[in-house]
Amino acid sequence: MDTLFLSRLQFAVTAMFHFLFVPLTLGLGWLTAWFETRYVLSGDERWLALTRFWGKLFLINFALGVVTGITMEFQIGMNWAAYSRYVGDIFGAPLAIEAMAAFFLESTFIAVWAFGWERVSRKAHAAAMWIVAFATNMSALWILLANGWMQHPVGYVLRNGRAEMTDFGALLANPYGWIEFFHTVFAGWVIAGFFVMGVSAWHLLRRNQEELFKKSFGAGAVFALASSLLVAAVGDMSAVNAAKNQPAKFAAMESVWETRAAAPYTLLAFPSLKGEGNAVEALKVPYALSLMAFHSPSAEVKGLYDFLPQDRPPVLPVFLSFRGMVALGALFILLSAAGTWLWRKDQLGKYPWFLKLLVFVIPLPYVAIQLGWIVTEMGRQPWVVYGLMRTAEGVSSTVPPSHVMLSLAGFVFFYSVLGAVDLWLLAKYARKGMV
Amino acid sequence: MDYAKIWFVLWAVLWTGYFALDGFDLGVGFSGWLAADDEAQRRDVFASIGPFWDGNEVWLVTAGGATFAAFPPVYAGLFSWLYPALFLLLFSLIARGVALEFRGKLAPPAWKAFWERTAAVSSFLAALLLGTAFGNIFRGLEIGPAGYQGTFFGLLNPYALLTGLLFCAFFFFHGQLWLASRVSGPVSVKASALASRSWYVLAALLAAFIAASYLRTGLAGNFAARKFLLALPLLLAISLGAAKLLLSRGKPGTAFLASFCAIALFSLTGFAGIYPDLLPSRQGPEFALNVYNSSSSAYTLRLMTAVAAVFMPVIIGYQFWVYRVFRAPLAAGELQKTGIY
Repeated sequence: MDTLFLSRLQFAVTAMFHFLFVPLTLGLGWLTAWFETRYVLSGDERWLALTRFWGKLFLINFALGVVTGITMEFQIGMNWAAYSRYVGDIFGAPLAIEAMAAFFLESTFIAVWAFGWERVSRKAHAAAMWIVAFATNMSALWILLANGWMQHPVGYVLRNGRAEMTDFGALLANPYGWIEFFHTVFAGWVIAGFFVMGVSAWHLLRRNQEELFKKSFGAGAVFALASSLLVAAVGDMSAVNAAKNQPAKFAAMESVWETRAAAPYTLLAFPSLKGEGNAVEALKVPYALSLMAFHSPSAEVKGLYDFLPQDRPPVLPVFLSFRGMVALGALFILLSAAGTWLWRKDQLGKYPWFLKLLVFVIPLPYVAIQLGWIVTEMGRQPWVVYGLMRTAEGVSSTVPPSHVMLSLAGFVFFYSVLGAVDLWLLAKYARKGMV
Repeated sequence: MDYAKIWFVLWAVLWTGYFALDGFDLGVGFSGWLAADDEAQRRDVFASIGPFWDGNEVWLVTAGGATFAAFPPVYAGLFSWLYPALFLLLFSLIARGVALEFRGKLAPPAWKAFWERTAAVSSFLAALLLGTAFGNIFRGLEIGPAGYQGTFFGLLNPYALLTGLLFCAFFFFHGQLWLASRVSGPVSVKASALASRSWYVLAALLAAFIAASYLRTGLAGNFAARKFLLALPLLLAISLGAAKLLLSRGKPGTAFLASFCAIALFSLTGFAGIYPDLLPSRQGPEFALNVYNSSSSAYTLRLMTAVAAVFMPVIIGYQFWVYRVFRAPLAAGELQKTGIY
């Protein structure tokens, strides 16, 4: 195993682990701030109890997001030195701005929220959580503008043997970055909505503080429904965007091999394990793929045969992840709509099986978001910067494979332990309820 | 205006801010237990850094991000050449962060003791590694005509290890002064005594560092060429002396500010010594990564200057505010509300 393979594996492992904790933060911050605002406005202690309960879970989850985030920043220089030298002039800026514009805010004000119950006014305390929620989402914006640049490089010129920034405005306005941003934060909000619904359902099943958990169930359900619809809408934009800017990725997402106009959507497909073509192809819906890709029934959709084998992303994982994500996304709309409806009609108690189901559904949005990242990042291969730099060209030349092997083994062991402890703590506090 | 030179200064200031701020909570992390006799006191010790460590650590993230944006080859070189050291540093910082966060989450003494030990080991390792890494930067890396030729064990040279120990001594002193001024009762008394005694070790290590830097590195050159730079080490000596004096007069709070200045001046002395290099080479000045051959384009640097000019004063403002909000120790009732055992 060489440094390239191990570095890719390490990046995938550490990024996916990091992204088990970040997305819940993206949405739970807003919900906690909402509960606290209701408390400040009404003086009703029940909202305070909700604020404390969900805030505590937020903090336990937040801790691991913070510490595993540093790995992401360090790792780009450690394992991808050639990449860093080549694109640092333009890629480094959003990362540095993220630290200054967002990371300082969230890390400073989370302390005000956690420790400041008796140090600042009620309003200021609630404001601290709004600031944290805003900052975590802001953080995502800068990171995804950076990632959006890797997907669709803009605003640069090749000069002095590197990519130099010429137009920061273009980087800021990169539609790829914004679509990724909205798709990602909405997906994070879906996670938070289902998390709040699921944990509340667990308590409702046991008739613990029913009145309180009904309130949080409702907030979670409405939030999850709105976010599930939004994430699907942006998802459609995301697919259109991929078809336009990254045709090889789009072809892999749908496992399309032949280029053709008025392309049908294949309901049942499975890429051949031999590497080319599909082993299964059945049930075609005429024009549907062209409609999906370009919102026009006659549009031409590029197939993978149009790309040299070395320019194609790995088809099977991208294809399966995409289908899995889309199916889960549809499920989330149904479940959150049902949850919202039952909550509005005050019928939750009549369907204990539904509440039980929601507890088991908690992990599914996490699965969906990881699948989405597999589509985005594996679909970009073999490029690290689409069309500009190959992943293989970006790796550190001075780092021997043995060092990466050691660090990777260290991460796997260390992260497994930390993840298990954090999950256990989270479950423990979630079960404890509002005491 | 030469933005690359401005960014050298900003780069030095960001690292300096990190050392002077995170220095005390790393110091409390590895030496705080010495000032506490029982579990309640240890809780106060950890509570004293609870609201601050995360905000302080962001200075490191920003220093790293700024290195990436303003000097990409330095970021790439430093992080990949020092790979094993960096990943150990990463592990220490992760372990220290979760230890501080997990410690108070549950009541059993064994749980707390485990995370306290983890915090101690990881904080010490982080301080030692940071010092060793910067010792190697001050000394110069093995960058030659064929690129970087150093080895992991080459990084563990006596000069770098001396710098590592000096960082530990600085942070020990800094951390004990923090406890002496921010925790009341017996912890404060004990921390004052520990700070007072450790001062001599710190002064001796600093003297050894200055002598070794003069004899074994190129740091002295800039000070000989530009005499006004000597104000930095001079003020460093004065700050360190003042810290001791203020401590013995029973003013640990002011002594802490003096040690803050001492760490900052120590760091700035080092950076002033390597200028215009960011990563000096031991194999010849032409191989060094410096402000001329390693900076980002003028466009990027101008943009980043504007960003830093807008955000850094605001950041310093609200961080200062938070230090004021939490200047009195957290009472037991507050810790309970926070959910800390």
